[in-house]
Amino acid sequence: MMISSAIIPQPLARLPWRLIWLVALICTIGIVTLFSAAGGSWSPWAMKQSVTILAFFGLAIGISYIPENFIKQMTFPTYVVILIMLIIVEMVGFVGKGAQRWIDLGFIRLQPSEFMKPGVVLVLARFYDLLPAADVRRWRGLWPAAALVLVPWALILVQPDLGTATMVLVGGVTVMFVAGLPMWYFLSAAGALAAALPIVYTFMHEYQRKRVLIFLDPEADPLGAGYHISQSKIAIGSGGIWGKGYLNGSQSHLDYLPEGHTDFVFATFVEEWGLIGGVMLIIAFAMVVRWGMNVSKKAKTRYSQLAAAGLSMTIFFYFTVNLMMVMGLAPVVGIPLPLVSFGGSAVMTVMICLGLLMGIERQSRTKSSLA
Amino acid sequence: MKASRFTAAHQSITFSRRMMLVGGAQALFGGALIARLGYLSIAQNEHYQLLSESNRVQLIIVPPRRGWLVDRAGKAIAINRSDFRVDLIPEQLERPTETLRTLATILKLTPDDVDRIIKEIKASRGYQPVQVAENVPYDQYAAITVRLPEMPGVQPMRGFSRYYPTGPAVGHLIGYVGAASAKEYEAEKNPLLITPGFKIGKEGLEKTLEKNLRGQPGGQRVELTARGKLIRELEPKPDRSGQTVQLAIDAGLQEYAARRLGEESGACTVLDCLTGDILCMASMPAYDPNSFSDGIGQTEWRMLSEDERKPLTNKTLNSLYPPGSTIKPMNALALQAAGIDPDETIHCPGGYRLGNRFFRCLGRHGSVNMRRAIAKSCNTYFYAMGHRIGYDRIAEIARLTGLGQKFDLPVVSQSYGTVPDSSWKARKYKENRRIVERPDWTASDTLNASIGQGFLILNPLQLAVMAARIASGRNVQPELIGVHKEPAPLLGLPQEHLDAVRGGMWEVVNGDGTAGASRLLIPGIEMCGKTGTAQVRKITGSQRGQSGDWKYRDHGLFVFFAPFNNPRYAGSVVIEHGLGGARAAAPVAKDVLTYLFDRPQAMKRLAELETQWGGTLLERTARRQAQVEAISKANLGRSA
Repeated sequence: MMISSAIIPQPLARLPWRLIWLVALICTIGIVTLFSAAGGSWSPWAMKQSVTILAFFGLAIGISYIPENFIKQMTFPTYVVILIMLIIVEMVGFVGKGAQRWIDLGFIRLQPSEFMKPGVVLVLARFYDLLPAADVRRWRGLWPAAALVLVPWALILVQPDLGTATMVLVGGVTVMFVAGLPMWYFLSAAGALAAALPIVYTFMHEYQRKRVLIFLDPEADPLGAGYHISQSKIAIGSGGIWGKGYLNGSQSHLDYLPEGHTDFVFATFVEEWGLIGGVMLIIAFAMVVRWGMNVSKKAKTRYSQLAAAGLSMTIFFYFTVNLMMVMGLAPVVGIPLPLVSFGGSAVMTVMICLGLLMGIERQSRTKSSLA
Repeated sequence: MKASRFTAAHQSITFSRRMMLVGGAQALFGGALIARLGYLSIAQNEHYQLLSESNRVQLIIVPPRRGWLVDRAGKAIAINRSDFRVDLIPEQLERPTETLRTLATILKLTPDDVDRIIKEIKASRGYQPVQVAENVPYDQYAAITVRLPEMPGVQPMRGFSRYYPTGPAVGHLIGYVGAASAKEYEAEKNPLLITPGFKIGKEGLEKTLEKNLRGQPGGQRVELTARGKLIRELEPKPDRSGQTVQLAIDAGLQEYAARRLGEESGACTVLDCLTGDILCMASMPAYDPNSFSDGIGQTEWRMLSEDERKPLTNKTLNSLYPPGSTIKPMNALALQAAGIDPDETIHCPGGYRLGNRFFRCLGRHGSVNMRRAIAKSCNTYFYAMGHRIGYDRIAEIARLTGLGQKFDLPVVSQSYGTVPDSSWKARKYKENRRIVERPDWTASDTLNASIGQGFLILNPLQLAVMAARIASGRNVQPELIGVHKEPAPLLGLPQEHLDAVRGGMWEVVNGDGTAGASRLLIPGIEMCGKTGTAQVRKITGSQRGQSGDWKYRDHGLFVFFAPFNNPRYAGSVVIEHGLGGARAAAPVAKDVLTYLFDRPQAMKRLAELETQWGGTLLERTARRQAQVEAISKANLGRSA
């Protein structure tokens, strides 16, 4: 995996190049698609996205050099800071009488919920790292963890942002699952969730309810609320095996596909590159996740094992939910395709996750070479 | 308690196992994603490609020209006249308010029109044009064309509107066209239907022949964005005009019959009695289909629907009348079929006694045989004979000659009336006791039905078919579409039976019968017929329906065929509340037949009559139209 050569300097050679090539492939697909979505132009999206990706990739490399111990120590304080930001957003939104998801710092708009995705994973990893093995199956092994997940989850849910809230929940639950909590917790929670769905439905916002109904039957209102899913499926289905050819996607170029550069960028891509392109992108994502899962398995400390598993799951869930939504397998929840969709937040989150994973991978390698 | 001590070693094993579960779940989802992608882009590819193409390419529809309707000689009955129209394309409008104001001034649009246009502009998507006005006079059209540069989005065009040269004469027969209603669009979902200027058949043959007449729309194929912005023009799609449909109708005869009915409320039907071709089927008074095709005003609609002469009803098919004595020739066939000798005589003392009731005849005819009974329309003979054989046997022949039958015709609706018999009465008693008071068929039912009263009600087309079948002895089926050459097959009635009946009908007109005044004035051609006078309501006291209110007067009916020695034409005339068949209906039949054999003579006669009535049909229609417009203008002034 390591490139050993006398010419390449040691620190560069020690980067996980297989992962970097995969990420580069995915990002290139994204930029190329954004170029097409703008009608064959670098502006307004492709150029900006390239810069964003490079910047956050730099951030990821930087993160990968932070020692595990330092991250461990910073985990709880960081979590608390993000939580406070979430509360501030909530209060600002309450005062402003509207949904608000970000804090405006003047030069950048921060979405605290984005940070919470890796945040919750790390804090739970830290929690189970500190918890004695004997307590994992006890009550005290459950309730603090549950609180650590559910408090931010509830805050994000009422923003309202069902998609992000679900991701936070899934990241947290994954860590709890691999940490070894009793299986019946999860089975009975799944059962309770299935039973509670109808009740949840009654508490949903009108627009969320509409999205669920549209998901169940998009053709019922193809020109109205089902328009997104219908047009997205048309774009994907009409691409066929080989696609319509680069810059030839009629659905995206004639604006029939809404949000063709953000949430529905996969449809824009597949319309032009066909099944071949789509499968290639899915496999690239799968390999990134598999790399992350392997990092987790090879990690030497409990904290890094749990963190790597949770972070991999976060990346996995990010792209899976987006693809399911775009292909009509899940309701439209407004989750972008990371590294491909235009926009900084998703790139930032995934790059933070990747940076942390690369750090863990580097340290497991170092330690193993020492041992 | 399996894991009372959960150690670090346990933890490590659990971790590996759980990681496998998570990895497996992830692989499962990944597989599902690829499967779904494959399903959409391979299995559903064709479906979505179609949808994608229909998104991309849109047709700016040019409505096809509607097919003509022509008569049996190829003469036009319904054609298209070119006219001017103004549409606008919302997407290209730059200054909607000023543009609409200018249009309203030039085209003299009413506030209602402007409201409608604004509403349609708001509802329209992309390139779908919105109609501003149609049938625009040339000077207004020119004024708009001149000012086009300052009004982008406005589209003055040449269009086509439906035109019926003979106007009301073909109203009920042809029907009319109009813009599709929201309901019609819902049913068909065809964008052609909401294209400005496109009309569909709403009534009569225009409606029933819609499929043939419509044609295929063509237009400019364009690539449009979802918001309706034009990207590029593709190859235009040519339109295909609707088919021309030839009718069995003789347009000249149809117009003559309609004009000859004049101010009366009635119907005149003439068939080719060998082939069944309907040569004319006039119902008057009638609406002018031209004014419907332009969109009829409220005032005109109200006047038409409130008129007691029912100009909105096609009387040849949808009005039912007691046929009166016109069915006596058919009765005579039934009597012979039941074995009665036409030479047997019955004594008529001025009526017929049944139990303690006396059924009146119109006169004291003394001793009459079948021929004399038809000629003189003697009720007593048919009372007595009908009573002898029973009505069930008459009803059989009635149906055989077409009475009470629904014909296979491309018409919107037919009312087929009733030929009663005992089983009908028993059934009706169960369904509707208001019409039938007792379940069993009585002798007085037979007597009433025998003179064409009582339960027996028919439409004028059925009477014409009856006359045609008696005239030719053939199983004539009425035909509206196409020209038929082949005579219909024979009915199988014995020639001597038919001869006896035809003889009686000859005597009605050419002997000393009831319609002697309507003899044809053409050498060598004799009309045969039978008069009928039908009561509109039960006779009360001395009132016999021969005076008093128009709507209580007797109907006048007449069935006929000609020439006597070699029948070719047959038909019926019904004049509502015309007092009597001989007086009101037979003269119309005479003139209509004269038109077929000696046109100048018939036209001369018509000219005399029309002078009395105050002008030709078209002149009188135009005058009425002017009246309607004056009233509607007055109403508008009052409401404003």
